[in-house]
Amino acid sequence: MIVGGCGGPLSTLDTAGPASSDVATLWWVMLSGAAMLTLLVLTLLLLAFSPRNRPFKNGGRLWICWLGVAMPSAVLTALLGYALILGEGSIAEPVPGRVTVEATGHQWYWTFRQPGSNSVIATRGVLHIPVGQPVDVRVGSADVIHSFWVPRLGGKMDAIPGQINILRIQADRSGVFEGQCAEFCGLNHATNRFRVVAHDERDWARFQQEGGR
Amino acid sequence: MNALRHHRALTEIWGTPRGWRGTMISVNHSDIGKRFILAAFAFFAIGGVLAMLIRAQLATPDSAFVGPAIYNQLFTMHGSIMMFLFAIPMFEGLALYLLPKMLGSRDMAFPRLSAYGWWCYLFGGTILIAALVLGVAPDGGWFMYTPLSSKIYTPGINADVWLLGITFVEISAMAAAIEICVSILKLRAPGMRLDRMPPFAWYLLITAMMMIVAFPPLILGSILLELERAFDWPFFDPAHGGSPLLWQHLFWLFGHPEVYIIFLPAAGVVSTVLPVMARTQILGYGAIVAALIALAFLSFGLWVHHMFTTGIPHMALGFFSAASALVAVPTALQIFAWIGTLWNGRPELKLPMLYLLGFFLVFVLGGLTGVMLAMVPFDGQAHDSYFVVAHLHYVLVGGFIFPMMAGAYYWLPHFSGRSRVPRLGEAAFWMILVGFNLTFFLMHLTGLLGMPRRIYTYTDDMGWTWLNLLSSVGSFVMAFGFALFALDVGLQIALSRRSRRNPWGAGTLEWAMPIPAPAYNFASQPEVADRDPLSGDPLLALKLARGEGYLAQARHGWRETMAVDSSSGAIDHVVILPGNSRLPIVTAAVTGCFFLSVLMGYYWMALLPVMAVIGLGWRWAWALGSRADVGPMAIGKGQTALVHREAAGGPAWWGSIFLLVADSVLLASLLFGYAFLWVVAPNWPPPQTIDGGLGVAIMTALSGSAAVFLARRSEASGRQGSLGMAGQTAIGAACAHGASAIGLLVIGITALPPPSNHAYAAVAWVLLAYGILHALVALLCAAFVRARIGGGYISARRFREFEITRLFGDYSGMVILIILLCLFMPSIAL
Repeated sequence: MIVGGCGGPLSTLDTAGPASSDVATLWWVMLSGAAMLTLLVLTLLLLAFSPRNRPFKNGGRLWICWLGVAMPSAVLTALLGYALILGEGSIAEPVPGRVTVEATGHQWYWTFRQPGSNSVIATRGVLHIPVGQPVDVRVGSADVIHSFWVPRLGGKMDAIPGQINILRIQADRSGVFEGQCAEFCGLNHATNRFRVVAHDERDWARFQQEGGR
Repeated sequence: MNALRHHRALTEIWGTPRGWRGTMISVNHSDIGKRFILAAFAFFAIGGVLAMLIRAQLATPDSAFVGPAIYNQLFTMHGSIMMFLFAIPMFEGLALYLLPKMLGSRDMAFPRLSAYGWWCYLFGGTILIAALVLGVAPDGGWFMYTPLSSKIYTPGINADVWLLGITFVEISAMAAAIEICVSILKLRAPGMRLDRMPPFAWYLLITAMMMIVAFPPLILGSILLELERAFDWPFFDPAHGGSPLLWQHLFWLFGHPEVYIIFLPAAGVVSTVLPVMARTQILGYGAIVAALIALAFLSFGLWVHHMFTTGIPHMALGFFSAASALVAVPTALQIFAWIGTLWNGRPELKLPMLYLLGFFLVFVLGGLTGVMLAMVPFDGQAHDSYFVVAHLHYVLVGGFIFPMMAGAYYWLPHFSGRSRVPRLGEAAFWMILVGFNLTFFLMHLTGLLGMPRRIYTYTDDMGWTWLNLLSSVGSFVMAFGFALFALDVGLQIALSRRSRRNPWGAGTLEWAMPIPAPAYNFASQPEVADRDPLSGDPLLALKLARGEGYLAQARHGWRETMAVDSSSGAIDHVVILPGNSRLPIVTAAVTGCFFLSVLMGYYWMALLPVMAVIGLGWRWAWALGSRADVGPMAIGKGQTALVHREAAGGPAWWGSIFLLVADSVLLASLLFGYAFLWVVAPNWPPPQTIDGGLGVAIMTALSGSAAVFLARRSEASGRQGSLGMAGQTAIGAACAHGASAIGLLVIGITALPPPSNHAYAAVAWVLLAYGILHALVALLCAAFVRARIGGGYISARRFREFEITRLFGDYSGMVILIILLCLFMPSIAL
């Protein structure tokens, strides 16, 4: 469900996979909480200027113990618990048989390698994945630090020279999803873009056979 | 003596000569503080212009206003200037100007050091701005991530300008931090217990302590990266056992506490101004101090939240996420303590209060988005997007600029002696508030719609066009607001009518003096019995001017001020501060020559200014002291006290302690790097490790220990008055320190592989260099004491220089042992 004005090729709110839609839900929950807290603070501030006699004079315990410590602690504990459970579900754990692709950041393009039916398929600028199943992306770098980010599918993962980081993405429907390098990587960082194409079952089989040609 | 003659006598002693000569030699804290504030505002204007260029470029899609090469310099310099040349120097200036006045003292503990810090800041900042004008400014982001900032990917001097220029400026931050700590702990009015200090002093004390711990990791990181760029020592190169993540850890170990280092002084302004605006006292003084201390500790435990997407272990993610959320609690406590204070009092909507309300709105929003970003899954999406740009501006502008603007209007009468021009300030406030929110509130959405940071352009089909245009419009409204503020301040200083004393009816001591403030602050120092001395005794200013406090007598041309016991505030001794001097500007200029030589790549030539700095440092210390004993001297109210040269725990001792704490944090960061690379970096273990040298190491350790022992013998002889013996033993200690330095060098040459071979060898060489440097410093200290004995500066009463020497000698002996253990233990154990 797209709220008006939240669409766009790189929108984190126009979600197309489980990871990104979990985060979008988390965002809407946090937004409403933050709005309520802001309202609380502003109301208390305004009331301080009202001329009538105010209660809670010298109410150190109310201001400091309850509002200052207990309230934020309770809110934060609940939020942390929610976020930790959400994070737990999105960890990339090795599972045999899962589609695994290698993504390598360069100045200023991306290359991808993945096993095909006959040989290794190497692509540049476009990553092909199947719809409806999790894909492990092994993110690495050929030169400086980059970051692999397809906002409509999920969070980002840095491409750091000398190490491989694993990110799990999943597309719930077929289509083309825009990706963007998210870590500043020099002169043409702005145009360091790529695409993810999610194939349905028939297209995916054909891609694996023909290597995307 | 009547008040006017007294004023003239004190001004003669504390004042600054007119004209250029006075400008160059002044060490007075009010002069230096005002210069810091003015220069910081000038740099703020430059940083602001860069921001406007950024917004002009981003206002429309596919803009051809500036290309990526210039754009990258713009945002790198905008961030670096605002952090290092504006925010930190601005609060340093405010602290230098205000602290002695609030604490009832006459100056900071190390006036020449403040002046040196000022010149370092000015010269370092000038190097950075010159690079910007010449088009060779840093362009790798203010965070300078390796390997982008390494030699292969940034071959020009752009990155060197950042590393050297910022390190030069950081000298002033370290100087200010040490000075603030010592001044707050020692130079207060008699009777001012720790729990009677104004809240602002607490905030600055905690901030300065945080700076002492937070800056060394960044200084170390800058040194290592400069070594890698200049000499190929591969600390951050994974092909040779380095790790790009080591830079990120060192950078954010500094970078996150830095945010609180900027916020806390401004929060101190809130805690000072807000109760006065509400005609009451702060609610929960003790709870706020406790929250500050908690904040200081927590802020060092959450640097990794800048690195959530670097693929760090999952447990670490959970820990740092929780810590990042937890830090909101002490902040929330302060927010509600302030609101509670308003409820207790009768708040009035004067201009400073207006800015405080702006602070509440903006900072609370920034804090809430901060909690959102602490949640790892959300950070995965928002990290490095415009959502973070929005968040950080809400926190920094809300948490620093709005309170500082409140402070500016609150203390301007103190600086200028004049009252405000009506209405102009309100107009500026509304333009800044509306412009700011228009610019940055929309950026939350821009970020969620996927706009990454640091891109110089975008296409129309991304859906960010209208958001960016509105942000740009807002930024120009805000810029006009700041211009109006500058105009308002200028008019107030130039044209406005004179203000009465203490125009806000405040209770703190900075208002217990004529405005603008005289060079000596207080004609006599007050005795403090509660937190708001001026509220309890409205005639205090007059009494002090009449000389009814401590140290009312102007004698011998001495700049005298009281030192107290650091916690109880009981009278401890009298400090005689050094007067105006050319040394600070000369030393800073020579220091600048060192940085320029390295920047130009003349590495051997850089040794010349190093020698010169050593010579100047010697003179610096030599200029203090006395050849005669003073004994107990009258301080007024029928009491006597010793001068600092003859008393235990003088400013020099405290300053040395804080300097050594900073120094040991640098060593600890280096050892952290050593362990981190060993455990985490690829291509370990190294092809060659240390080979042999154990015999030399044992001899080096022995000679380091002998030096420590000899220094103690020397001090014992000196205290007993047998100065000949003390001098000879000091020479012995100096030789032993020299022998340790040579021993460390021999180990490096004979047993270690060359530093460019592997990160292991590079770190090992840096450890050795650290040990050699400290052995040489200890050598100089011991030689200095010998020379002072010869010069007649040491007597059975005046032997405190031994104590300083011992501190540096002990430290050197200790670090040599630690370094040798770290070098040899792994190879023995393996």
